[in-house]
Amino acid sequence: MAVVTRDGEAGVAAGASRPAAATRLLASRLFTSMAGLNWLAKVWWTCLSISLFAGLWELCWAMGWADEKLLPPPHIFLDNIAEQGRFFNTATRWQVGTSMTEGPSAFESVLITGAATTMRVFVGLVLASVLAIAVGVLVRYYRFFDRLVLPTITLLSPVSPIAWLPVAIFLFGIGNAPAIFMVVVALFFHMVLATINQIDTVNTNLINVARTMGASKPQIYARVIVPAILPGMLQVLRMNLFGAWMVVLVAESTGVGYGMGQVIMLARNTFNPSLVFFTIAVIGVLGFTFDWLLRLAQRRILYWLPDTAERLRVL
Amino acid sequence: MSSESAPTFSSRDAVVCRGVGKTWAAGTKRAHEALRDIDLDIKPGEFVVFLGPSGCGKSTLLYLIAGLEDATDGQIWSFGDAVDTPSPERSLIFQETSLFPWLTVWQNVSFGLAIRGASQEERRKVAAEALQRVGLIAAMDKRPDELSGGMRQRVAVARALAMRPKVLLMDEPFAALDVQTRARMQDFLLDVWRDSGASVLFVTHHIDEAVALADRVVVFTSRPGRIKTIYPIDLPRPRNLFSREAEAMRIQLTELLRDEVDRAFAEQEAFATPA
Repeated sequence: MAVVTRDGEAGVAAGASRPAAATRLLASRLFTSMAGLNWLAKVWWTCLSISLFAGLWELCWAMGWADEKLLPPPHIFLDNIAEQGRFFNTATRWQVGTSMTEGPSAFESVLITGAATTMRVFVGLVLASVLAIAVGVLVRYYRFFDRLVLPTITLLSPVSPIAWLPVAIFLFGIGNAPAIFMVVVALFFHMVLATINQIDTVNTNLINVARTMGASKPQIYARVIVPAILPGMLQVLRMNLFGAWMVVLVAESTGVGYGMGQVIMLARNTFNPSLVFFTIAVIGVLGFTFDWLLRLAQRRILYWLPDTAERLRVL
Repeated sequence: MSSESAPTFSSRDAVVCRGVGKTWAAGTKRAHEALRDIDLDIKPGEFVVFLGPSGCGKSTLLYLIAGLEDATDGQIWSFGDAVDTPSPERSLIFQETSLFPWLTVWQNVSFGLAIRGASQEERRKVAAEALQRVGLIAAMDKRPDELSGGMRQRVAVARALAMRPKVLLMDEPFAALDVQTRARMQDFLLDVWRDSGASVLFVTHHIDEAVALADRVVVFTSRPGRIKTIYPIDLPRPRNLFSREAEAMRIQLTELLRDEVDRAFAEQEAFATPA
């Protein structure tokens, strides 16, 4: 009798565990299939993060803490995109006698303005990186160059890009050139110092291995030092990307003709907070996209680096 | 070279040191003497272990022989030529992983050939041969971070062998490995050494390792490093490391080292205590 009961219990237990195991199996299958949708989770979290921020802002508005004339919440400044887009119209900016309704449509205006600013950031960033890496490598390569150039670079490094603004206008007048110059000048000196720092921290063993194999100085630089500093330099580049975005607005706010900085100035002069926040939103999206592309490139170029972020997750 | 400093040794010797000394940061306040008066002759094909307490300058001597650093005093010759620059004839293998992380295993192994401008086919062929010798032919197209610590050191050995060195310099190459892997790596190294015919200079502070590997053990004093004694290990190979002779040698070497370790400790304590 007792034996039978025990058997019965065991049977029930086994019966109960079988569906449980099946559920677990199903769940694990579901998760593995979702691993491929990792990016979807990322999009979800990004949306959640932004919604939370926007939601808090809306809450402040709903509670009457934020004056909508000064701090219009997203639903207000995003309400009439066509209306806002009109201010991005580049066709009429300096032409007397043309009305705001001529030229490209509102949507096209936003695209053109965004693209112009992005192009200035991109060109400035590329020029600054190439120049800075070249100068940084030369400083370490030639002692003479180091002694001759490094003091001046260190001296100019802390100068705020704002101080260069008049110089940019003196030298390049108006147009793309002064804006690009501003980006270059704002990044170049820091990036030279960062390059030198990266070179100094290259693992000595790697250099010594190359030396014992008979590598010459140029070969050591080309085959060991430059690949070894690449990860650090891409990191520096990413950090400076945001710097470039900040500087380009300052440059554009004075005498470039069109660009995000001009729109901000326009909004300021016409007391249009909605336009300010709309422009900030556009800049945010552009900067975010740029950073994302750079991260993609980083993963492609630096295939040998492990994912350090994941290592810290376990803490 | 003036006549009075003319070498009195066979120019066939793999490495010859005469009165070699090294002072780091010489002429400054932080100057400290790492090595003094090293006289040493190493025959071609000989396996010599440098044994000594940490910081005794044994690694420094290896760097001087490699030509990566200049001696402050004395002179080093290798096969009759004065050592003043690094040479592919004297390959150095480090304790820490020194593979280029951005290159695949075979590209790492053939790095020296790429430096000389060899063609891709030739490089791949030589790399395959070298990797065959260390038993890692299957890992040819992998990247260093996909390998275990022991495998990485074998790749480093393969890279050194691909240069066909006459002298293999090894700076505590197995120190970062676990005990089992280390024992396997010692057997592996002895095979490689026998096949290649190169002299091996091997730095360690493990007495077991010295007895397992060496023809001769150079025992160093603590700082500044001098040669305390040169101790021959005349056990037949392959060695039975559990034999009574091996045990006796380990005990003798331990005693030789003990004074030096004690001295090094006393010195470090004196250094740490404010005067």
